[in-house]
Amino acid sequence: MQSQATYNYKVVRQFAIMTVVWGIVGMLVGVIVAAQLVWPELSVHEWLSYGRLRPLHTNAVIFAFGGCALFATSYYCVQRTSHTPLFAPGLAAFTFWGWQLIIVLAAVSLPLGFTSGKEYAELEWPIDILIAVVWVSYAVVFFGTIIKRKVSHIYVANWFFGAFILTVALLHIVNSAAIPVSLTKSYSAYAGVQDAMIQWWYGHNAVGFFLTAGFLGMMYYFVPKQADRPVYSYRLSVVHFWALIFTYMWAGPHHLHYTALPDWTQSLGMLFSLILLAPSWGGMINGIMTLSGAWHKLRTDPILKFLITSLSFYGMSTFEGPMMSVKTVNALSHYTDWTVGHVHSGALGWVAMVSIGCIYFLLPRMYGKTEMYSVKLINTHFWIATIGVVLYIASMWIAGVMQGLMWRATNLDGTLTYSFVESVKASYPFWTIRLVGGILFLTGMLIMFYNMVKTIAGQKAYDAPVLAPAGAHA
Amino acid sequence: MADFVSGFWNMYVMGLVALSILFCVVILVANSGGKAPAAGQQAELQSHVWDETLQEYNNPLPRWWMYLFWITIIFAVVYLAMYPGFGNVKGQFGWSSIGQYEAEMARADEQYGPIFNKYLEMDLMAVAADSDANAMGQRMFLTYCAQCHGSAAQGARGFPNLTDNVWNWGGEPETVKATIMHGRFGVMPPFGPVLGTEGVKDVANYVRSLNGLAHDSLRAQRGKEMFDQQCTVCHGADATGNTMLGAPNLTNNVWVYGSSEAAIIEQIANGRQNQMPAFGDFLGEAKVHILAAYVLSLNQGK
Repeated sequence: MQSQATYNYKVVRQFAIMTVVWGIVGMLVGVIVAAQLVWPELSVHEWLSYGRLRPLHTNAVIFAFGGCALFATSYYCVQRTSHTPLFAPGLAAFTFWGWQLIIVLAAVSLPLGFTSGKEYAELEWPIDILIAVVWVSYAVVFFGTIIKRKVSHIYVANWFFGAFILTVALLHIVNSAAIPVSLTKSYSAYAGVQDAMIQWWYGHNAVGFFLTAGFLGMMYYFVPKQADRPVYSYRLSVVHFWALIFTYMWAGPHHLHYTALPDWTQSLGMLFSLILLAPSWGGMINGIMTLSGAWHKLRTDPILKFLITSLSFYGMSTFEGPMMSVKTVNALSHYTDWTVGHVHSGALGWVAMVSIGCIYFLLPRMYGKTEMYSVKLINTHFWIATIGVVLYIASMWIAGVMQGLMWRATNLDGTLTYSFVESVKASYPFWTIRLVGGILFLTGMLIMFYNMVKTIAGQKAYDAPVLAPAGAHA
Repeated sequence: MADFVSGFWNMYVMGLVALSILFCVVILVANSGGKAPAAGQQAELQSHVWDETLQEYNNPLPRWWMYLFWITIIFAVVYLAMYPGFGNVKGQFGWSSIGQYEAEMARADEQYGPIFNKYLEMDLMAVAADSDANAMGQRMFLTYCAQCHGSAAQGARGFPNLTDNVWNWGGEPETVKATIMHGRFGVMPPFGPVLGTEGVKDVANYVRSLNGLAHDSLRAQRGKEMFDQQCTVCHGADATGNTMLGAPNLTNNVWVYGSSEAAIIEQIANGRQNQMPAFGDFLGEAKVHILAAYVLSLNQGK
């Protein structure tokens, strides 16, 4: 039986389209800063200098591209798995326009040089307040919808979306606490090593909850949907969900190995990062094993290719992360391009690819269709993106290990074999390869944009009717 | 040094750590049951269905994954017994990062110390003529000095050229060594308020005239009067500077901040505070000795 009411697809549609747009913008800025490392003379103006564009790149890809993808997929998933339209549609619309305003303010204020100087939390306090307001509204819409649900159980994807929304609110509000001195300048409420610790408690949990838990929520809805298979193991999802959200909180200090942070804190950061390995892999296993019995679909379905490849990169990054948190490994990898490679195997390989797969799923459904304009182009996008990621991370691994080894090489008299600038010079070939990888990934996004425009053109926006829960099982 | 003002916080940290590890153990044990389906069979399906098609099997936890989880938990517990991490418990190995650093430095001093120390007995100019010492000196220069003075010691805007045998603080071997050992702090006071805009411009033209650079001779003439009143205390009556104060010679056409009229005006009007950091405590005298000799060697025959 179907009721007359429809799901709120409008806000999903808006966020889905903006995911593609901001993805292109953010990755374009990434390509520009990558080019500036190869040709420093491209830093033509202070507004376009590396130091200002780099935070713009990170903010744009994480919060604009990744954020819009999370909003779109969580709003879609929560209404459909709750069998009810979104709670507070006006507030949902506010989250869309509020989030876009924040992105535009970031895109203006960062190049102009307004920054709080905290990595991944650079935006100044008035924007921070706006973020908090939008985020709390998001929580109200999401949890309101959960409360309104017509089924007794909460679907696993919503556990992850819920944890992500709650934790990001906590992280953002605590880490952004600051004392304003003017409209555009503030000082952190914390001092010295405590400020560093809180910053990386935030920084690593931004990775853990924004870029992991949230995207695992996506995975838990879209992988079984697209594969048309049941999730592999309910039991596994329980263990890895609780262990993941309990353990991630501790991992931040591994960003501050061999610093003024007390030894015991560093040890805890490392140990909980290691414990995190199995809970992280739980998500990969549950996603990939969901496909068991339907492996043949990978050959023909490029959306599944995106989703499953993203899980493979997720598994690889979440093995690499705990390994890099071991102090002995960190002594080599820290401050090198290895870290940059690690981040991008997560950011491009996992976050971007799972988002792209989900958006390809969503876009046609937002217009009453089941497929994109061209499935072939999705396939092309997949291969270009995959080659781009591989070039990117392989070049950064080599560059990073090379830099680490050059920095620690000593002569017979104990003096350093290489000056710093020699390691910079030796990195140029790899930075060039990285740039090529980035350009390929961006090209994939442009193909996606074309495919999106062709899919939407001439189509009417569509809102699907609300489904009654499967009666026998409700 | 204690990290907290009260011992309570150590207990708090211990409690949280124990709770977090225990939580992982409990949730793992609680969900370890369940039988793997027989070959060719599917696991039991949970009863709930969402959004028409979403369902869940209830496969048992993969064994290898469980063992992996257990191994990391056990490793953490053992590590906490051996190393600092569990509140203020020091750990069986008595390890600390500062202890490791000091031990490595002591070992390095023991191993490499004699290589450097043997030159400490020698006169600086004799070291400057020693090719082995200069090779070491150059390597250290590229590590510690090149960031400011350039890889060929040619200097940069704001950082003196170290190859032109021009020395603001004196070029005697021991003085060069003292500069590296203890650092220098050079201050040029701002004269804008004293001389006024026109006055500054006049003095700048006079300074340019001393170096044979194009200048307005009327301004230079007026500038000389002001120079004699205001500037000679440090730069000397003949403007050749004073190495006791680090006041540069203004007649040798050597410029750390540029020779254009605008650059000199900025210098006079706003003044400068320029610092060379001290390297004595960081590197020790033996290494500074070799570095000073290397810098001196760059100025031989100039």
